[in-house]
Amino acid sequence: MKSILKFLTCGSVDDGKSTLIGHMLYDAKLLFADQENALKLDSKVGSRGGAIDYSLLLDGLMAEREQGITIDVAYRYFTTEERSFIVADCPGHEQYTRNMAVGASFADLAIILVDASNGVAVQTRRHTRICALMGIRHVVLAVNKMDLIEYDKTRFEAIEQEFRSLSANYNFKTLHVIPVSATEGDNLTLSSPNTPWYKGGPLLTYLENIDVETDAVQHSFVMPVQRVCRPDHTFRGFQGQIEGGQIQVGDEILALPNEETARVKSIFVGDKNVSSAVAGQPVTIQLDREIDISRGCVLVKDEKPIVSDMFNANLLWMDNDHLVAGRNYILKCGTMTIPATVLNIKYKLDINTGSHLSAKKLIKNEIASCDIITSKPIVFDEFEKTNVLGGFILIDRVSNMTSACGVIAHSLRRSENVVWQDTDITKDFRANQKSQQPCTLWFTGLSGSGKSTLANALEKKLVAMGKHTMLLDGDNIRHGLNKDLGFTESDRVENIRRISEVAALMNTAGLVVLTAFVSPYISDRAQARDIVGSDFVEIYVSTPLEVCEARDVKGLYKKARAGEIPNFTGISDPYEAPVDAEIVVDTSEITIDQAVDMVIKALEKLGTL
Amino acid sequence: MSSLSHLDNLEAEAIYIMREVAAECANPVMLYSIGKDSSVMLHLALKAFYPEKPPFPFMHIDTTWKFKEMITFRDNIAKKHGIEMIVYTNEDGVKQGLNPFDHGAAYTDIMKTAALKQALNQYKFDAAFGGARRDEEKSRAKERIFSFRNKEHAWDPKNQRPEMWRLFNTAINKGESMRVFPISNWTEKDIWQYIKRENIDIVPLYFAAERPVVTRDGNIIMVDDDRMRLNPGETPEIKSVRFRTLGCYPLTGGFESKADTLDEIIDETLAAIASERTSRVIDNEAAGSMERRKREGYF
Repeated sequence: MKSILKFLTCGSVDDGKSTLIGHMLYDAKLLFADQENALKLDSKVGSRGGAIDYSLLLDGLMAEREQGITIDVAYRYFTTEERSFIVADCPGHEQYTRNMAVGASFADLAIILVDASNGVAVQTRRHTRICALMGIRHVVLAVNKMDLIEYDKTRFEAIEQEFRSLSANYNFKTLHVIPVSATEGDNLTLSSPNTPWYKGGPLLTYLENIDVETDAVQHSFVMPVQRVCRPDHTFRGFQGQIEGGQIQVGDEILALPNEETARVKSIFVGDKNVSSAVAGQPVTIQLDREIDISRGCVLVKDEKPIVSDMFNANLLWMDNDHLVAGRNYILKCGTMTIPATVLNIKYKLDINTGSHLSAKKLIKNEIASCDIITSKPIVFDEFEKTNVLGGFILIDRVSNMTSACGVIAHSLRRSENVVWQDTDITKDFRANQKSQQPCTLWFTGLSGSGKSTLANALEKKLVAMGKHTMLLDGDNIRHGLNKDLGFTESDRVENIRRISEVAALMNTAGLVVLTAFVSPYISDRAQARDIVGSDFVEIYVSTPLEVCEARDVKGLYKKARAGEIPNFTGISDPYEAPVDAEIVVDTSEITIDQAVDMVIKALEKLGTL
Repeated sequence: MSSLSHLDNLEAEAIYIMREVAAECANPVMLYSIGKDSSVMLHLALKAFYPEKPPFPFMHIDTTWKFKEMITFRDNIAKKHGIEMIVYTNEDGVKQGLNPFDHGAAYTDIMKTAALKQALNQYKFDAAFGGARRDEEKSRAKERIFSFRNKEHAWDPKNQRPEMWRLFNTAINKGESMRVFPISNWTEKDIWQYIKRENIDIVPLYFAAERPVVTRDGNIIMVDDDRMRLNPGETPEIKSVRFRTLGCYPLTGGFESKADTLDEIIDETLAAIASERTSRVIDNEAAGSMERRKREGYF
């Protein structure tokens, strides 16, 4: 039975990456050269003194530029008698690190090219590092352009030696080193008479025969639940792909994170009822009893992955917007999707040398070690142990961009050491005692929009109605709790996070909390909403900038316009208006009393009061 | 050590993708073109959710000019599997009398592309499965499996979301949508081998049969109904023909063939791909040597 091999090629334009693959396919008579390629060949042949330029048989980087398409990963397909292949062809320059990472995350094997006349170069180290980071376990080092060094065995062995000591740092399962000439065709599909000292066989034969089946089947059973299948009330099955090990009818499984056990009643692979299934198969599993399982849960047997809410990871940043420590993102790991915060940047990695650099922010294509905390405990594992539970992506809450990918290095077992202290007096008890429903009324808007004035008037009214309240005001909090924070982006993020936590605590104390902060970023308000929970009401004070600036109660706009205040929201820093605030008030059109009445009515309508 | 074949792997990948969409997208739909790739997609969807029916409707954009056999096949398949089949036609286009004889590109634009956008907007679908494959053409080779579309349904190849491992980002804002291609990594050959392995129903037009045809500009066009406009002097002949791709009958060229079993079709198809390769590669080589000879002063 034919298996499939997914591999990527790493090398820069001059390394002969396209020539290598092009020549190999050409010699193996596997090339699907379409009309367009034929025309290109017509117009461009000659770059190698009239001989065929095999790189043109693939649409190379040049063609991509001509088409105006960003240099990106392209996938190619070919099949020999022995095997089906998918090649992820990706660019190798440093500014395309994320593209190479996409290709590497897809592949089982990497062909890393070095130029025999240059030896192991800085970029070789970078490519190797990215492949290792993304979980590649099988590497072929193709020492190319052997013709330029007259097939010198000694030189080849020196390069092999250097690469082997370099890759000793990584967890590769196989490493094969092969002398080739992409242009001349040495050792591509046939053993070359020019390298009689090399006994390892040609590249294509190696690719056809290498066993990259991970020890997925030997791994203990693990299946992240994709969805619950409920065609009618008699059937409830859990659908997902078995990512490790095997399962049989009658086996006892453990469902995480809830730690409930049950026995397997039936297994379907697709539409076939079977008695057992193995890693790589899509299954539907029925259990012998009802336990609480939903998407994001993980079914295991024998070995248990980690359940925690904090871990250390290596993060590859991929977004045009930079990473700010303390900011909240959506994390996807396995089949779990959950809000998460990047707590810090411990150090940045020099992608070429591997040395650690200190960093405050992370920009596109940079790799860093970070601690991450999720809003609730999730099931994960170290990437080295279980790839599918150790790799994750971060999604920007506003742009929805895939901002980063990461691999989990280890759990930070805080959640096991700091247990939540259950108290006898509960939030509900405290709320009942005050005969009220606690909530956080989160006012957001430009400086001078009337947030504080409105919140102050509203609090007076609420107290008059017999409510127990607390008003958190921006300026006042900055005098105490947050006096260590400035106005940079990361300080503002932390400012809002602390206030959210304080508001949540006061809600737990049974209070109605009012907060009046500019809070200009959508993602920060989304994080506040996550921290506070269902009691959160966003009130957007939408007074236009001109009105706020005309009021200029504190004289701040004048100073900002004069350039005396950097990072001033509305002038030199953006204000991201809410799109789904529960209440919107424009104080330029109504009196304060009218505004208070309006908010009260809206709160009653929402069922908050 | 694993006993899974490459078809098993491709099948598992497609099923995983379909389940992800069903779990994460609010209102998905599977586009159904009645062709062989759609037949494979439907088969995969039935497997992916079994014993549940696929938890989304299927949708065919009907230009009103499809082969009669396609429409019959579509209706029978929907009935047989008990799936919801939405059939959408751009009625404005029909009213304007658009047809493939007089309106060429405008016909395709309005009856296919515009019709699809209208249908997606009308039903507010946030994800649409398509059966496109990366081996089909160059721009597809670079498209993600989960391909983001803005409110105007446009693809921005310069700003694609990185797709890591199997962690698909399905996050969108209101009005935006996803195109999802579960069989991105399949080749034409994989499709045919899978159809055979799984015994999947396909439209009989793929098999050779005696059919009334005319030959026009080197293309064999089937006279599927009396709307077919015959040029002066043209009379339909009966020939044994079959079709490699299916679409609107006046725009779909068939070819003469006796292949009326799946094995024969597969052999014929694979041979066609192989010969195309060989001839093109030879062309390329010739072009190269001609170029060289020209520069060497051949003329």
